[in-house]
Amino acid sequence: MGNLTREEDVKKFILAAAAFGMLTGAAFSQAPNFDDPAEFAKQREQLTATFNGPADQMYVQYAGDSMVDTSAFKKDAPWTVCFSNAGVNNPWRVVGFTNMTEEVKLHPEIGTFTHVDAEGSDDKQIADIDDLLAGGNCSVLIVSPNSTAALTPAVEKACAAGLPVIVFDRGVTTDCPVTFVHPVGGYGFGIQAAEHIIANVPAGGKVLMLRILPGVDVLETRASGARNMFKEAGLTVLGEEFTDGDNAKTKSIVEDYLQRGTIDAVWMDAGATAVAAVEAFEDQGVDVPVVTGEDQQDYLQKWRDLGFKGIAPTYPSYQWRTAIIAAVQTLKGEPVPGPEWVLPQPAITQDVLDQYINEKMPPLHYAMCGCEDMPTYPNAWGGTE
Amino acid sequence: MSAQSLPQPAATKRSLPKINPVYVLVVALILAIIVMNPAFGEPTGYMNFLKRVTALAILSAGALYVIVSGGFDLSVGSIMTLTVIGSSMLASNDPNSTYWIIPLMLGIGAVIGLINGLVVSYLKVPSLIATLGMMITLNGVAFMWSGGAPRGYLPDTFRFFGRYNITDVPVITLLPIAVICLVVFGVILWWGMHRTNFGRMLHAVGDNQQAARLAGVPVERVRISAFVVSALTAVLAGVILGGRAGVSVDIGSGFELQAITAAVIGGAQLLGGRGSVPATISGALALEAIFTLLNLLGLAQPVRLVVQGLILIGAVALATYQRKRSGR
Repeated sequence: MGNLTREEDVKKFILAAAAFGMLTGAAFSQAPNFDDPAEFAKQREQLTATFNGPADQMYVQYAGDSMVDTSAFKKDAPWTVCFSNAGVNNPWRVVGFTNMTEEVKLHPEIGTFTHVDAEGSDDKQIADIDDLLAGGNCSVLIVSPNSTAALTPAVEKACAAGLPVIVFDRGVTTDCPVTFVHPVGGYGFGIQAAEHIIANVPAGGKVLMLRILPGVDVLETRASGARNMFKEAGLTVLGEEFTDGDNAKTKSIVEDYLQRGTIDAVWMDAGATAVAAVEAFEDQGVDVPVVTGEDQQDYLQKWRDLGFKGIAPTYPSYQWRTAIIAAVQTLKGEPVPGPEWVLPQPAITQDVLDQYINEKMPPLHYAMCGCEDMPTYPNAWGGTE
Repeated sequence: MSAQSLPQPAATKRSLPKINPVYVLVVALILAIIVMNPAFGEPTGYMNFLKRVTALAILSAGALYVIVSGGFDLSVGSIMTLTVIGSSMLASNDPNSTYWIIPLMLGIGAVIGLINGLVVSYLKVPSLIATLGMMITLNGVAFMWSGGAPRGYLPDTFRFFGRYNITDVPVITLLPIAVICLVVFGVILWWGMHRTNFGRMLHAVGDNQQAARLAGVPVERVRISAFVVSALTAVLAGVILGGRAGVSVDIGSGFELQAITAAVIGGAQLLGGRGSVPATISGALALEAIFTLLNLLGLAQPVRLVVQGLILIGAVALATYQRKRSGR
């Protein structure tokens, strides 16, 4: 899945957002817009754009030509790289954080890597960043924000202290960081899954949309991207159901819909429960229709074994590597793609399915990790050789 | 003291035999579901439903032991999580591992229940706090063990109990293994609660601890046993739920409250001394039926939550009102 699975994260996020909203009252101008046609069109274009950089290293590719001059931040090694992390509280973040720690090992110039885990709390992350700044040891600060609005002032404070800041995954609403590393985005994810469904079900087909939770930007944009496309193509959306990322609930929901009639496709905003959705068809003895997923191993293997029409859009976890690479380039004073470093966001399709399957990896290992070329692969990710 | 007042309808001359309202509720909900969706009356419909409810039903019936003894067990959800995570870690895809993993997990469950019971009985920590602490600890253990993401699958032999159906059965066409488990464990738990001396002592302890002690009931031992039963059923529920749905890192979260809710809908008294296993299992059926029915009505999720909450409050209020009137 993307970066927020656990309910409590989201609850905290919503609470924090609500509290923030109350404090700022009507002045809260950053009203979230999860259905922005301009952003939708931009991401749709980026999905098929050509990216700069080496073709076999997607984690250093970037869209566009805009670069940021970092010569002011050039510093002699050894460096202390500080990382304020929103949390390591779902499988996607576990894989991503492993990518990151292994990438750190590839750079001898990094003397110390300091990681502070905010455990999904905005307050803790704000305090963490304060502590890192007060410590005065950081050469660079990498931030993976827990939520956009709440962390913006903390990031601004770090910039004001003269530190180079790299933000990745979720963004902040300030352009003071050196760069913001992220893949194409949520609309792109929704578009890839929806296009596949539209191409594979007959006109007027019935689509069940399964979502984790409402109200999270990266997930809302996936859903609104897909919804727009289904409408355009004249497909019927049977319903939008929230699964809380729970396998048992997902299975029950699909079973209930199956009892009421046929389903031509299941669209999912994240893949963690895709296998449970597939099993619901399997256990009823019904042919598995189009079920979209994500790049985790259990889904990819199920897709291959049962041979249904799957697709795995990705929210690549290799961006965690890119964040370290951006920090290293900054401290070397080399130009860095910015102010936004947009990474490619490929979908795994039938043609390339086999090259992403590795049965030696754990079931929720995210295949689009860009980590296969690292010396510690696969053991560091929980795999066996 | 209610050691004598087992949940049998009081046969007074003036009123009809009282039926626990939970049975009426379940029948009404199921009829409503069948009206909405005739396919539910087919074996695949109702068998799927029973299969789905099995984990919660067994869990609630076990949790009832602690509730009747006058305590709460908030650790059951985390025991389910630990069972599923632990089993997937240990199994490493070996189908033969199931035969030692399930007994091992039951052993771990028994130890957890024992610790809960000892802490409550001898350290005098209120059960709400003791088991809350256990819940947090076990969630931490499961997280550490897995490193935050599942590292293995559950083999098909393990998933057999929660997932597989016996097909070609006469009359009912198919019979899920989970439903067999529900009946077997339901009967065992019913027998333990309502047909043994232990069950009577459990009621006595929950109703009035001092009186029970004076009457010679080994209060501590009875309490500890209740926590062990609850923990063991949580392991069984974990095996069945993991079998049905596969591995996730927080598979059991929320089940502790659902189990308590099911018991209360079934008329159990939260401070102990009163509760029935069949009614609790019906409470679990009612909870799941509410969810299914609201789903069938096609209401939007927020509306569904509101209705679900109101039905819960209504059901418990009705049960309490009836009890008050009947003076039991």
